[in-house]
Amino acid sequence: MSEVVKKFLYVNRKAPYGTIYAWESLEVVLIGAAFDQEVSLMFLDDGVFQLTKGQDTTGIGMKNFSPTYRSLGDYEVKNIYVDRNSLESRGLTQDDLVKVAWEDWESGEEKEDIVEVVDSARVTELMDESDVIFSF
Amino acid sequence: MSILHTVNKSPFERNSLESCLKFAQGGSSVLLIEDGIYAALKGTSAEGQVKAALDNLSVYVLGPDLAARGFHQERVIEGVEVVDYAAFVDLAAENDKVHAWL
Amino acid sequence: MKFAIQINEGPYQHQASDSAYYFTKAALEKGHEIFRVFFYHDGVNNGTRLTTPPQDDRNIVERWAELGEKHALDMVVCVAAAQRRGIVDEGEAKRNGKDATNIHPRFRISGLGQLVEAAIQSERLVVFGD
Repeated sequence: MSEVVKKFLYVNRKAPYGTIYAWESLEVVLIGAAFDQEVSLMFLDDGVFQLTKGQDTTGIGMKNFSPTYRSLGDYEVKNIYVDRNSLESRGLTQDDLVKVAWEDWESGEEKEDIVEVVDSARVTELMDESDVIFSF
Repeated sequence: MSILHTVNKSPFERNSLESCLKFAQGGSSVLLIEDGIYAALKGTSAEGQVKAALDNLSVYVLGPDLAARGFHQERVIEGVEVVDYAAFVDLAAENDKVHAWL
Repeated sequence: MKFAIQINEGPYQHQASDSAYYFTKAALEKGHEIFRVFFYHDGVNNGTRLTTPPQDDRNIVERWAELGEKHALDMVVCVAAAQRRGIVDEGEAKRNGKDATNIHPRFRISGLGQLVEAAIQSERLVVFGD
C-alpha cells in the first residue's frame, strides 16, 4: 500500500485494563498491518504486564484482549521486545508471558515465539534504529 | 540517530523521566514540558539524575510551562536550557525523531 | 519539515491538547507543514462542537477550528475511538442509529489508517498525551 517503508516502533509502557492505552495501541498495530511497514513492538516499564498469560477479565466485565497479542504474528509484526529490567523488577520471567508465533507465508519460515527479552543497551539500540516511535 | 525525548510528567508522579534518562542515547536531547518541568528545578530529589544526564545529553525545559507553575531561570539547574515553543519545534526538526515518554 | 501531530487526550482534562496546539502553531509560524493532526483515545473529544467553556478561559475546540481554518489543517478524529466515546458525524449517526451528531465541522472522522499514513508520509511524528 505504500512505497515508503519505515521502521515503526510501538512503545508500550502502561499496564492493561487500568487504562485503555494498551488496547487502543494494539488497534493501531492491527490496522497498521495493511501498510507493510517494518513493525516492532517494545514493552517497557508497566507495559510488560500487557503480555502476561492467564488474563481473566470476567470479574471486571472488560473485553479480554490478551488473545490478540498471540495473533500479532499474523499482522506483519516480526519483532516483539520486552525489557529485561522491567520484567525482573516486576517479579516476572519470560515464562509468565504469552508466546507469539510467527510464520512467513512466502518462505515458510516459522518461529515458535517472537517475544524476545532484551537488555537496556539493546532497548536503546532499537529506539535508535527506528524511524518512527509511537507512544500511547 | 539523535532523538528528541519529551517528558511531560513530574518525576515525583511517574517514572517517565527515570526511564527516559535510562534509555536515552548520548547526543540526544530531552525536553521537559507540562508537569515534566519540575525535574528542571534545583534542590529536588531528582536533581542528581538530571545533572548526571547533562554529562551526555542536552536537557531543555519549556519556559511557558515553567512560568505557568511559578518558576523561572534562576530556579533551574545549571546547564538545563529554558526554551520556548519555537525552539521546541526546532528541536523536533533537528533531531531525527521525537519520542514522547508519557 | 513535514509534521504529523498525535493528540491522545481530551480538552481541559490534560494539557496535551494545549501543548499540541502551541507546538502546531509555532511550527506553522516557522513555515513548516502539518501533514495531519490526529486525535486518538480521549483526544477525540477535542472534536465536539458542543463545549461551552467559561468565558474567561480558552476555548480549546474553537481554537483548533480557527487554526485549522487559517492553515487548511487536516484534523482527524479516529472513528473507533470516537464511536466508543460518542463523537458522531452524519455518516456515523446513520450507520449506528444515533439521533444526533456532535462533531465540529472543522474536524473529520476517519480510520486509524490515517494515523499510520501520517506516520509514513510525514518526517516527524510528535505525540502529546498523558
